[in-house]
Formats: sequence, structure tokens, C-alpha cells
Amino acid sequence: MSHSLTSPAAGSTTSTPALEIRGLGKSFPIGGLFSRRSVRALHGVDLTIGRGEIVALVGESGSGKSTLARCVARLEKPSSGAILIDGVDILKRDRIQASRAFRSQLQMVFQDPFGSLNPAHRIEHFLRRSLAIHGKGGGSEEETRRRLEDLVTTVGLQADMLNSYPHELSGGQRQRVAIARALAVEPQVILADEPTSMLDVSVRIGVLNLMRKLRDEQGISMLYITHDLASARYLADRTAVMFAGELVEEGESLDLLANPAHPYTQLLVSAVPDPARAGSYDPVRRAELRQAVMASTTCAYDGDPNQACSSEEPVRHQVGDPNNRHWVRCHLYRPWAGNDGHALAGEPAQPDLPASNAQEKASA
Amino acid sequence: MTISQVSFGSHEPVLDVKDLTVKYIGDTRSTTAVDRVSFSIGTGEVFGLAGESGCGKSTIANSIMRLLKDPAKIAGGSISFGGKDVLAMSPEELRRFRWQDVAMVFQSAMNSLNPVLTIGEQIVDIFTTHAGYSRKESLRRAAELLELVRIDPARLKSYPHQLSGGMRQRAVIAMAVALKPSLLILDEPTTALDVVVQQEIMAQIKDLQRELGFSVLFITHDMSLMVELSHRMAVMYGGRIVETAKAQDVYANPRHPYTQALMGAFPPLTGPRVPLTGLPDGVKFRNIPDLSEAAPGHFVAPFGADAAVIDSANLAGAAR
Repeated sequence: MSHSLTSPAAGSTTSTPALEIRGLGKSFPIGGLFSRRSVRALHGVDLTIGRGEIVALVGESGSGKSTLARCVARLEKPSSGAILIDGVDILKRDRIQASRAFRSQLQMVFQDPFGSLNPAHRIEHFLRRSLAIHGKGGGSEEETRRRLEDLVTTVGLQADMLNSYPHELSGGQRQRVAIARALAVEPQVILADEPTSMLDVSVRIGVLNLMRKLRDEQGISMLYITHDLASARYLADRTAVMFAGELVEEGESLDLLANPAHPYTQLLVSAVPDPARAGSYDPVRRAELRQAVMASTTCAYDGDPNQACSSEEPVRHQVGDPNNRHWVRCHLYRPWAGNDGHALAGEPAQPDLPASNAQEKASA
Repeated sequence: MTISQVSFGSHEPVLDVKDLTVKYIGDTRSTTAVDRVSFSIGTGEVFGLAGESGCGKSTIANSIMRLLKDPAKIAGGSISFGGKDVLAMSPEELRRFRWQDVAMVFQSAMNSLNPVLTIGEQIVDIFTTHAGYSRKESLRRAAELLELVRIDPARLKSYPHQLSGGMRQRAVIAMAVALKPSLLILDEPTTALDVVVQQEIMAQIKDLQRELGFSVLFITHDMSLMVELSHRMAVMYGGRIVETAKAQDVYANPRHPYTQALMGAFPPLTGPRVPLTGLPDGVKFRNIPDLSEAAPGHFVAPFGADAAVIDSANLAGAAR
């Protein structure tokens, strides 16, 4: 089931998205060995990343974004759902563990560049190894050498840094090495989990610019996972908001952050410090939003999009111009009240409200 | 007009730091962590100290509290608080000075609560030890204090692990203002918290500050947060202040290239998407000169070709 609002990718030449996540769910068992209880970390997540598209996944700690990344990277086994790369369900193809073919399609960049590079090896070792394992070395030593130098210059380092050890590099430079290592296998998709949060603030933007450059020049798709809305807006074409293990809103980044429709997104956006709108903090409005967010923790979407919206089972509503591919899934959304900037009702929906006229037909 | 005379309003400065130099002395070599830093904080003023990890901002906070331990040594300069010389205080004076005159909220302070005592016991401790109140009176005040930061007084009986991170942080802030200090030092008070909680806590600190009238030394690397909260701010780099002015002036018109890089590191949430540059890898500033007044109340360390050592190959690489 691909979603009609999310499937057409910006600038895509084919209709097959680079990465497609369908109904992904993950539960972790809690309690003792014989306990049957479990905690639901992910539930019914649908996300599509077109070719050459950068999608940001935002949310607070504990919202499930890292679990999603770990599932997509095959570091965790999802409880349900499908992950498609190039239209092939990799969970079915590589049943037990991730295959080398999968790794050459999808690469990861982790949060901590201090922990992800073995201190005993020179930079050349990491890159050479990636090339060798995936057979991208090119046959001759000169060819490999040329490729290594290409890689480090692509990520903005000097060729002689190949002989450096990780401890000789700054955090930003190490993260560039980690990105070069991912690039070495020529992946289609890069999964970047908070790639800048451990870096000194003044070099963060340089790493974001590098990611954008790779997308522009090499057409690599990216899933950028972050809790920093401002950087998501800066880098990503589209942004998806995760709350309590579910996607609650998604849209073109600029539109989503300018017109957030879900109370949780509004809460997040209003919490970002921004001197340009200093003094905009309104405790009363904040309390309302908080209450609305708390009330929506029971939101669940069980697959049938044609049912009426309710607080238990909200459906996806389209927000604004369809070109922005902006949708929200919340029973509080009132499209006809959207002009005053607060498109949310203060109290839960009455069951007899005609919510269905704004309903998005979600089946493809 | 010298830097220490510029403060928000016409009040007498609460804290006056002059030419503070702190060195970490090793067996073979020593490092200057804070190098001839001067600033002052007026009554009821919120003063921000911005900079990246390792620039010396926490070392300054610890110097003011006299918490520096070997191998750190105050190698020069003076710190005066309300006219008293902090560096010359006796241990007994220091005991009174800390908490009663100046209180500090540390980075990830929520982990500084004692896990085996209830919140109530820990707050009551402050009143019985420092203010000499009876237990009953202390308990009553502890309940008031929690109400001040909007925590249910019934939580006095809770242990730290029963509270969320944000609640613990608020409890720590309540404890810091318990004795109505005239200066509160906040060292990255919200870095370990989610944005939503962060903003609520900052708003609460602002309310408390307005209500109780204390001054604040606010330390963070988040420029956006700092500009929102502070009246005046200083930007530090490598142990030196490179720029100081009213926060709004720094925001509207950052003059030093390092300040500009820090500002550029935080993309805006509104307006068109413009490419930002940040500080390229490998760019370093050395031998930062003393501040000079670039505009009224706006002090900037002069910078030129000799002040910034730029690794040119790196710069070219990062700019691509």
C-alpha cells in the first residue's frame, strides 16, 4: 500500500522510489522471560524516499526514530511490515541477515564519529576495506589509489589525510571520513542518524552542506534522522514527524514547518529557540498543545483509510496545496479553520462532524 | 568607556571579572584555558557566555565559584562580587558565598541529585544547613519552592528516579534559588533535555528571574537560545572573548568571523532557505588581540590576516 500523497518523488525519473517503508512495526518484549507484555516502539510506519531526495525524520528522544533507523539498517528485526529498495522487499530477500548486496545499496552514517572509526587504523584502511569488500577497487593498485583520493577530496578532505589516524582529525573531519566510507560502496541510500549532534556547532553546517552536495552531484537519496527541526528544514526536501512510534505528519519541509497541523508538530516547532520570533512563547497556548498531544497518545491507524476520523483512529488529512504533499494524521485537524493559523480544535472531535470530507484517499 | 562599565541598566555590577587567566599546569607543559577575560554582570541582568566545547566557559564558571581543582590554577586577574574579592575569601566566607550569594546549576544537573534521599530531604537540607530554619519551617519553604517551579508539593516525598528529567532539572533549579542568591550561574542547563522541555525550563528561569530579581550568568553553545534569553552576551574562543555586546546587537550584526560562524551554525526556522557556511574545518584563530569598541557598547577583538590561521587546503575542500 503506497500512499498517493507521498509516492511521487521530486525529480524522480522512474516511478520506483529508492527506499520505501510499508507498515513497519516493532515491539520489544518487556518483563521477565515468560512475560507476554511488550512495548510498541514502531507502529504502521509508511515512508517513501524518492531518488535523489532527502527526507528528514524528526521527533524527540523516545519517539522511535532510531528504532526505525535500526530496522531499516537491518540491525534490528522488524515485527511487521516491509522495506523495499528498488521495489524489492529486502526483508524477504535476505531473510536472516543483511546481505552484502543490501549493504552496497544502503549505507549508514552514525552519530558518533569518535566511536565509529577504529583508532588503530589509518584513514586509508577504512576506505580501502570498503572498496575491497564491495569489489569497487577497480582491479589495479593505481585505480584503487585514484578512487581513494577521489573519495577523500569528494568529502572535502586533503588526499594526504589518507595517512592520518582518526585521533589526528577533528570531529567534523572524522564525520567526513565516515561519509566517505559510506560513499565508497556507491550506495543508493544513505541513512544518517543524527550525524551532526556530536560535532562542534561551528562545523555542523559544513557536514550538512556536504550531504546536500552529494545528493545534488551523485543523486544519493538520504534519510536524515534528527531532533533538530531547523537543520531538517535546512537540508531536507521533505520532513516526517514521528510521535510515539507513528508518523503523524509529513510534508515539504518549508511548508510543514511554516504550517504545522498536528499538535505535536506545533509543540516541537514552537519550542525551537529562534531569536527572530523571540517572546513568542505563550504558556497558555503551550498548555493547550500539550494537552492535545497527551490526548493523542492513543492515536492509532489500523490500515483502513475510509473510516470516519475519530480520536482512536485518525485518518490522513491533506494540508493546504497538494503540491506540498503535506498531510497530517490527527483527529483534531480542521481544514476549514485553517486560515487563522491554528487549524486545530481545542477539544476532541464530535463524532458527527463531517471530518470525512477532507479525508485523503490513502489507498493506491 | 571600558568593557566592565558597560552593563544592562545603570546598576552597580554584581559580578566583576577582570583579566582573569586560568592555567592548567602539567608536568611538562601548561595550557592557558582562560586568557585575560573581563566582563561584568549588573543587577538583574542576564549575561550569556557562548562558545564551543573547550573554549573555557565552564572554567570561568568554576573560577567564580572557586571550584577549580589541581592542576587548574588562577594565574592572574581578579573576581569581585558585590565589592568583595572572591579570590581572597577564607573557607568560612566561601561557604557562605556559595549558595547564598552565588548558586550554580551544572550541566546535566538532574543527575546531581542524591538518589537515596527524597527531593524533600535534599531541599530541607539547604534550609537547615545554610539558613538555620527549623525542620518544620524548612519543609514548608521546600513546598513553596517546588510550587515556584510548578512541581506538585506532594513530590517532596518522591525520590529522584521517580521524576522525569525535566522535573529533576526544575527541582535542581528550585534548590539553586532556595536561598535567594543574587547571582545564578547556569552551565548548559538544558543540553540533556528535549527541545520542548528545554523551552519550558528556560521560560521558567526567565519568570523566576523577573520575580526574584537575581542576575544570571548563562553558559551555552546554542546561540539561538542565548540570544532569546540574555540581555548581553560574550562569545569565547580559545580562552579569549572575541566579541561582546547586547545580545540583540550580536544577533543582528555579528562582527567577528567566529561569531558569524556560530550564528551560521543554526539555520533559521522562518524565511527562505539560504546556504550557510559555518566555520570550515581547520580554520583556527590565534593570538586574538584585546577587544576594541567597534560600535557603542559593541566590543570586538580585531581580526586580520595574521589573527586567523587558515589551513588553506582544508578551506578549499570544505567550501566545495
